[in-house]
Amino acid sequence: MTAPLIAVQHLGIAFPNNQVFKDLSFDIQRGDFVTVIGENGVGKTTLIRALLGMLKPTSGQIKYFPNKKAIKVGYVPQFRNLDQEYPLTIEDFVSLNMRGWRPWLSKAEHRQVDTALRVTNVKKIKQRPLGMASGGEKQRAYLAQAIVQAPQLLILDESTASLDNEMKYELLDLVQNLNQTSHITVLFITHDLPLAKQYAKHYLALRPGQQEFGAMAGMSVEQLKEVSDV
Amino acid sequence: MFSLAFMRNAYLAGTFIAVICGTIGVFVIARNLSFLTHTLSEIGFAGAAFGIFMGWTALSGMLIFTVISSVIVGQMSVKQSRREASISAISALFIGLGILFLSLSNQTSSYATSILFGSVIGIAAGDVLRVAILSGIVLLVMLGLYRPLKFDSFDAIGARVSGLWTTAISVVFLVLVAMSVSVAAQIVGSLLIFILLTLPAAAARYFVHTVSKMIGLSILFAIVGVWLGLYLGYVTNLPVSFFIAAIECVFYFTALGYQRLHVGS
Ligand SMILES: Nc1ncnc2c1ncn2[C@@H]1O[C@H](COP(=O)(O)OP(=O)(O)O)[C@@H](O)[C@H]1O
Ligand SMILES: [Mg+2]
Repeated sequence: MTAPLIAVQHLGIAFPNNQVFKDLSFDIQRGDFVTVIGENGVGKTTLIRALLGMLKPTSGQIKYFPNKKAIKVGYVPQFRNLDQEYPLTIEDFVSLNMRGWRPWLSKAEHRQVDTALRVTNVKKIKQRPLGMASGGEKQRAYLAQAIVQAPQLLILDESTASLDNEMKYELLDLVQNLNQTSHITVLFITHDLPLAKQYAKHYLALRPGQQEFGAMAGMSVEQLKEVSDV
Repeated sequence: MFSLAFMRNAYLAGTFIAVICGTIGVFVIARNLSFLTHTLSEIGFAGAAFGIFMGWTALSGMLIFTVISSVIVGQMSVKQSRREASISAISALFIGLGILFLSLSNQTSSYATSILFGSVIGIAAGDVLRVAILSGIVLLVMLGLYRPLKFDSFDAIGARVSGLWTTAISVVFLVLVAMSVSVAAQIVGSLLIFILLTLPAAAARYFVHTVSKMIGLSILFAIVGVWLGLYLGYVTNLPVSFFIAAIECVFYFTALGYQRLHVGS
């Protein structure tokens, strides 16, 4: 049997004069690869913020197993405006997410950073300033930073939106590899249905006032389009 | 030159100042706060004048004014556009207050000049000690907060989504900037303070690309500027702050040129 990592129960979220969710329920199993699909403004990022505890639900609850503290989350946010002059090397950027109090990194911490650089395929360019990296390299560096703490849950918020086709699949191959070999649970937000179809095990389709959660197997891209309204 | 007590004091105090300005400047630049350091130095001028008016030291007046106002500014960081406008308004008010306090305290205009432009002649051993203690506090807090401060400064979005207490970090950092401004004003004067707080760090980021190396190089640029500036001021009898400003500008524009060559077509 699979065990849930997160259970969302009758979740409701409302902003002043904007009810985003009314009664949303679904489970994320350990080791799952869930894609969240739905058009812009439907509440995908809002849902993530609620899952991360950055936003208080107006009703319902989110349960974490065994508890919230025990679940480390790596999150690649949707927007990050690092310009061309952004000075830090990819390696230093990834190290930013190392906690602790020591001003320098210990040997073990160096190894952790090194692993993250390796599995995201940016080790060769780790000395390059991030501002000079291509779009695909930037997303891989963001991914490396998100996983440097070896999280149980990895959340990607439209990380492929700005990438061309080839780079999209390259990034998702890396994520899939993390999902399969390191058993990281993945929550991937997108409105790229073919991409969702190819990589995810489950989907959560969001439409205003209506949601559908189900297994990806047996769904065609057309059916996904229908349930998500994208 | 070192046989003169005030020159020895100036070099000692100047070295501390260069170290904290070089260090904190890296974060000031990363957080896009150059504008704020400008304002804080004007507020510092008012504070110094207030301190003299009250019969305290200029440094204590400066500390009180800059620390309180930096906390207030930290609270208003909600809306960027409105913040810039209100900061301009606030600095205008504080320059006015500075002038008011100076005239109320019946000080000669040379006193105002030394606050605004800095002065090396007046630096006594007690001043050096105060500068050293304040610098020590700033450096210790920065060391203790190094990783979270680095994360929040160089990747604010990543830091926030990773659950870092970013608001607290901003407030503590602004207080550190305020303290550095007050300390550094002792030598370069409040008008030119932002030069040491921004230019060495802004230049360093074009040459090196890790936070620790940027801090190292930024400190080096600041120290060279201060030492050489003090020396040139001594031999020419011209204002030290002029030389420091000129040297830091040379570093900065060299860095821009280097960047152009390095990256350019
Ligand atoms: N902090 C907020 N205050 C008010 N409304 C918000 C806030 N954040 C998001 N919204 C609204 O909630 C809806 C969902 O936004 P979002 O979750 O960003 O959509 P998505 O990520 O699916 O594109 C939008 O209508 C948006 O305007
Ligand atoms: Mg979104």
